[in-house]
Amino acid sequence: MNRLAVELPGLSLKNPIMPASGCFGFGREYAKFYDLSVLGAIMIKATTKEPRFGNPTPRVAETPAGMLNAIGLQNPGLDKVLAEELPWLEQFDVPIIANIAGSTVEEYVEVAEAISKAPNVHALELNISCPNVKKGGIAFGTVPDVAAELTRLVKEVSAVPVYVKLSPNVTDIVAMAKAIEQAGADGLTMINTLVGMRIDIKTGRPILANGTGGLSGPAVKPIAIRMIYEVSQAVSIPIIGMGGVQSAEDVLEFFYAGASAVAVGTANFVDPFVCPTIIAELPALLDGLGIGHISECIGRSWKTGAHAVHCRA
Amino acid sequence: MIGRERMTVASQRLIAERTYELTLSGRLVQEMKQPGQFVHVKAAASADPLLRRPLSLCHIDHKQGQCTIIYRQEGKGTALLTQKQPGDVVDVLGPLGNGFPLEAAPAGGRALLVGGGIGVPPLYELAKQLTKRGVEVVSVLGFQTKAAVFYEQEFASFGETYVATDDGSYGTAGRVTDVIEARSLEFDVLYACGPKPMLRALAERFPNRPVYLSLEERMGCGVGACFACVCHVPGSETAYKKVCSDGPVFRAGEVVL
Repeated sequence: MNRLAVELPGLSLKNPIMPASGCFGFGREYAKFYDLSVLGAIMIKATTKEPRFGNPTPRVAETPAGMLNAIGLQNPGLDKVLAEELPWLEQFDVPIIANIAGSTVEEYVEVAEAISKAPNVHALELNISCPNVKKGGIAFGTVPDVAAELTRLVKEVSAVPVYVKLSPNVTDIVAMAKAIEQAGADGLTMINTLVGMRIDIKTGRPILANGTGGLSGPAVKPIAIRMIYEVSQAVSIPIIGMGGVQSAEDVLEFFYAGASAVAVGTANFVDPFVCPTIIAELPALLDGLGIGHISECIGRSWKTGAHAVHCRA
Repeated sequence: MIGRERMTVASQRLIAERTYELTLSGRLVQEMKQPGQFVHVKAAASADPLLRRPLSLCHIDHKQGQCTIIYRQEGKGTALLTQKQPGDVVDVLGPLGNGFPLEAAPAGGRALLVGGGIGVPPLYELAKQLTKRGVEVVSVLGFQTKAAVFYEQEFASFGETYVATDDGSYGTAGRVTDVIEARSLEFDVLYACGPKPMLRALAERFPNRPVYLSLEERMGCGVGACFACVCHVPGSETAYKKVCSDGPVFRAGEVVL
C-alpha cells in the first residue's frame, strides 16, 4: 500500500505534494535538479490566451518570513503552452494541473476548453485570485456570484475536473467557497497570495513597480490554515492547500486543517529540492505519529473521534 | 552543473566601507567555471530573511577548492553574512547564470574592464582568465568615494588600472566614462558590471562595438522559474530575457537597459 497516495477528482496522485502555480514555471528549470516524476502533480504557470510580458521590475520584495511578488501573469500564451510546454512535460510520469487566467469571461472559457484537452492535463485550476493584474484575476474572485458564474461556464467546456483557486483577500471565504461549490467546482485550491506593499525608506515610494504585490511564504501560513479549517467544514469538495509550506510538518498541518493534498510555492525559490525532500520525509513523520495513511489526517483538527483535537474557531 | 552545498567559510575580512571578502570551501567550486557567474546564498537557516542573495563570484580557485565573493552590507541578509566566522557553514546554490564570453576577446587583443562599485568583483576572475588566454587587460574601476575603493592593487597585477570616484576623493574625479574619454582608452572588447546608468552610458558611448554588460536585478529563485528578473528585448512587447538564467551577462543591445 502506498501510504502517500491520494485520489482526487481527475487526479490519482502517488503522493499529495505538488509545486504551486507560478512558483515552478513549466517545470523546465527544476528538471535540472531532479526527476519531476517523483512529484504528485505539477501546477503549471498561469496560461492566458495571448502571450503576456507582465509587470515592470522590480517585481519582488522580501518581507519578514515572506516575499511580495507582482509578476503579472507573464506567460508565453495558450498556443505555445499547448505546442511546446505541455508536450515537453509528457516525458514525466506526473499529472498536470493547468492554471488558467484571463481578462474576460470569454478568455477564461476559451483557454479552459483548449488546454483541458491536452493529454497530460488532468485538472484545471481556475485562477480568479491573482492580485497583480489590472483586468481579470482577482476581479473574478472577490464577488461570490461572479466567481460562481465563471466556474459554471468553465465547467461547461472543460474536459477535466475544475479546481478553483481562492483568494484570501475577501470578507467571507466560506461564502465564496460555497458559491463556487454550488456552481459545480470539483475542488478548491487555497490560498492565493495576500495583497501587500513595501515602501522604500530612501525614496519614499513603493518598492514594487506595480505598487502592490502578493504576499507569500511562511508569513501567510497561519492564514491559510485558518481558512482551510473553516472552508473544509463548510464544503464537501476536496481542497488542495497552499500558503507558506516549507516542510513535511507543514504538510501535515494543512492536512489536519482539512486539505487533501498540498502545494509548495515560495519554498521552491529558497530550496529547489524542497518538494522531493518533503516527499521523502513524510513516511517517517507519519511513523513517528503512528499514522498509517496520510488520508487519515484530513480534517483531524475538527473531526470528532478518538484522535480529535479540541479547538474552536 | 548547478548544485546546492553547505560550504565552509575559509575566511572573511572587511576590505572597504561595508564591503566584505568572503572565501568559501567546498566541492561546488569544481563546478564554477565562467567569470560573471553568481551564487545564490542563504544568509540564515531560518525563514527570516527568507530568500537567497545573488552574489557574483570574484575568484575561483579549483586547486584550493575555494571561491571568493565580495559583497556590500546593505540589508538584513548581508548583515547576517558579515557575522560568519571561519568554520561556519553557508548554504550556497550555484553556480548560476551565464558569465562573460572569454572568446569575444582575441588572443593578443585588448580588453577593457569597467566596474562600478559592488559590480567590480566579477571582473577580477575575468581579468585573471583573460590574462591566462593572452589578452591584455585594462581596468577602470569606479567608486562613490575613497573609503569604498577595493582591489585596486589586485587589478593592477593584471595590467593598467584606473580608479575614479564620484566625489573626487581618490583617483580621477568623476565617472568611469570620464576616465575612458580622458585617457582615450582603446579596446577590442569591453566588459562591464555595475549600476544600470553606468551600463547604459557605456552602451550608448560605444554602439556597434563588442560590449558585454552584466546586469543586476532583484531576484527570487535565481534559476529562471519565478520571472522576477526579466527584461525586455528591443523591438518586442512580449519577448523577454531573464537576468538570472539567460544572463546576467548580455551583449549590449540584446536587452533593453
